[in-house]
Amino acid sequence: MKQIGAVRSSFAPWNDPASVPLVRFEGVTKRFGDMTAVDDVSLSIYEREFFALLGPSGCGKTTLMRMLAGFETPDAGRITLGGEDLAGIPPHKRPVNMMFQSYAIFPHLNVEKNVAFGLRMEGMEKSAVKARVEEMLALVKLEKLGARMPHQLSGGQRQRVALARALAKKPKLLLLDEPLAALDKKLREETQFELTDLQVELGMTFLIVTHDQDEAMVLADRIAVMDHGRIVQTGTPGEVYEAPANRQVAEFLGDMNIFEAVVDSVEPPMARLSGEGMKFFVQDDDCPAAGSKVFLSVRPEKMRISLDPPPAKTPNVIAGEIWDIGYLGDWTTYLVEIAPDRRVRVAQANATRHVERPMSWDDKVFVSFDPDAGVVLTS
Amino acid sequence: MRRDKSAIAAVLPFAWLAVLFLIPFVLVFKLSLSDVALSIPPYEPQFKPADLPAFFGALDFETYRRLTSDSIYVSAYLSSLKFAGVATALLALIGYPLAYGISRCSKNTREMLILAVILPFFTSFLIRVYAWIAILKPAGILNAALEAVGIPPLSILHTDTAVYIGLVYAYLPFMVLPLYAALEKQNATLLEAAADLGATPFTAFWRVTFPMSLPGLAAGALLCFIPIVGEFVIPDLLGGSGTLMIGKTIWTEFFSNRDWPAASAAATVLLFTLIVPIVLYQRQQAKVLAA
Ligand SMILES: Nc1ncnc2c1ncn2[C@@H]1O[C@H](COP(=O)(O)OP(=O)(O)OP(=O)(O)O)[C@@H](O)[C@H]1O
Ligand SMILES: [Mg+2]
Repeated sequence: MKQIGAVRSSFAPWNDPASVPLVRFEGVTKRFGDMTAVDDVSLSIYEREFFALLGPSGCGKTTLMRMLAGFETPDAGRITLGGEDLAGIPPHKRPVNMMFQSYAIFPHLNVEKNVAFGLRMEGMEKSAVKARVEEMLALVKLEKLGARMPHQLSGGQRQRVALARALAKKPKLLLLDEPLAALDKKLREETQFELTDLQVELGMTFLIVTHDQDEAMVLADRIAVMDHGRIVQTGTPGEVYEAPANRQVAEFLGDMNIFEAVVDSVEPPMARLSGEGMKFFVQDDDCPAAGSKVFLSVRPEKMRISLDPPPAKTPNVIAGEIWDIGYLGDWTTYLVEIAPDRRVRVAQANATRHVERPMSWDDKVFVSFDPDAGVVLTS
Repeated sequence: MRRDKSAIAAVLPFAWLAVLFLIPFVLVFKLSLSDVALSIPPYEPQFKPADLPAFFGALDFETYRRLTSDSIYVSAYLSSLKFAGVATALLALIGYPLAYGISRCSKNTREMLILAVILPFFTSFLIRVYAWIAILKPAGILNAALEAVGIPPLSILHTDTAVYIGLVYAYLPFMVLPLYAALEKQNATLLEAAADLGATPFTAFWRVTFPMSLPGLAAGALLCFIPIVGEFVIPDLLGGSGTLMIGKTIWTEFFSNRDWPAASAAATVLLFTLIVPIVLYQRQQAKVLAA
């Protein structure tokens, strides 16, 4: 989905033992009273990387960023930027800019002056400030609103002012706390592309927090999934999507069907499982030994649905009845009841124009998936 | 139904103003157009419904002419404005750091300190001014304390300095409270944003905290300036014979000289002098409410 071509696809400094990370969290912990907001986090972010933090509300994403920007002090561990320990360096001396989740726009300054604030602090020359402010306002499509006061803006416009203000200094490292949450889909997609372009153009490093897994997948080189202050998994969008570390990551990144099962036999790379009254035949190199309790997870789009039974000997066939159909234009998702109150989700691309839907509510159907479609998870 | 209720709500303040401000003002204004007379009450003409034309015929602006011809009134006005201006500036210089300091404290401390600011209101204003006499008088508490550490005594009472001390003391809450209200509601994230964009704490204060507290400062300044111009008790009790303030002049005209028309005319002029800052204050408040 990424627009950027060959240069980006070979961009993987995290796999290169020789490359030095720009930002490094080493065993960082932050407590508020007896509540641990960030728990022993270690993390490396490389120069020019677009790094996304993903996780449920309250899992510590903002706190992690605020420690990097200097607004919170870690209780344990250390944070380095370009090899330099950040401890004791006040926020205004850190070469980092942050876009606040609450925007924190200065209410007494108009849009232009808000965007110009950081540049004036730098002592940038007046005409240069003016040019940069114009450039930034054009970027976030607010050219016409430069003279407005913040209380005269809509929520989405305010968010764009905050984004423009954080971008204006073109810092080496930019922290974006849910930068696009208030924008409509079209504007959000446009801004996403602008952000990636800007990043490539200026060689910036982005750390972005988002609730939106699609956004994380589109934008990020790597994603870290957080939960309860810990990092559960770090990897490229493909890795976390296709090989989630556990059920929680799997379910956080899109829909997932999960079957509780027990391993019957393993003949690497194949394994036989049984559970919920069904037999499964899957291909997974990391399947634990026979007898282990596991969770077999299968993405809806990796399942097939048909009215006719699949040929005999097809593995992983589940009979059921259509319980609900969701037509999404490009996709149709079917909720299939395979046992009382037990439903699986199947997604099919609408490759042709069906004037009449071939399947309808209460039809008896067969759901199947290939052995390599499933991932065996242990937790 | 709804309409009627809102109409009542709109009428009430006007009725309030009419009864407590407009009617007394009309009476005072009428008095200012009368002539002095040695009678009870000590002015003419007096209102007898029977001879209305004669009544209005006897009213004139003679007293106002007297006000402008006697330089004592003009000096009293100017001197009052000077006292009010200097006192307000002092109040801002003392009140701002105070309000700022309080707004930076923890929640509990903040409430305690604000209570301490309001606490003097629980004692009578006069008693508090008399307390200053006890402190400032030649053989008073201040000089006793100075003597104890070997500093020669000061004679402050009955000077302009004593008036300024009294004014600043009495009006400090009116400066601190609106300033505190403006500073306290300020979002701490804004200072973080300023720091993030490279502002030192000092710059962040001047670029963010201070400009955002200006409405509070303006409200406090006007709340002090307006009543200080007409202040009477403090200059009378703490000031000397040379302390000239219009409130004191009006009092003297009214009670000592029994020149009710002159006192009323002086009061009327005072009111019109204050209309400018009052309108400024109202505009300011309207702006604060709109934002
Ligand atoms: N100043 C604070 N004092 C006390 N607790 C705090 C403070 N800041 C954050 N927390 C707590 O720390 C936890 C992590 O907060 P944080 O803001 O980092 O979450 P988040 O992942 O950014 O959530 P969201 O997605 O809702 O923004 C939360 O439980 C929050 O209540
Ligand atoms: Mg957050």
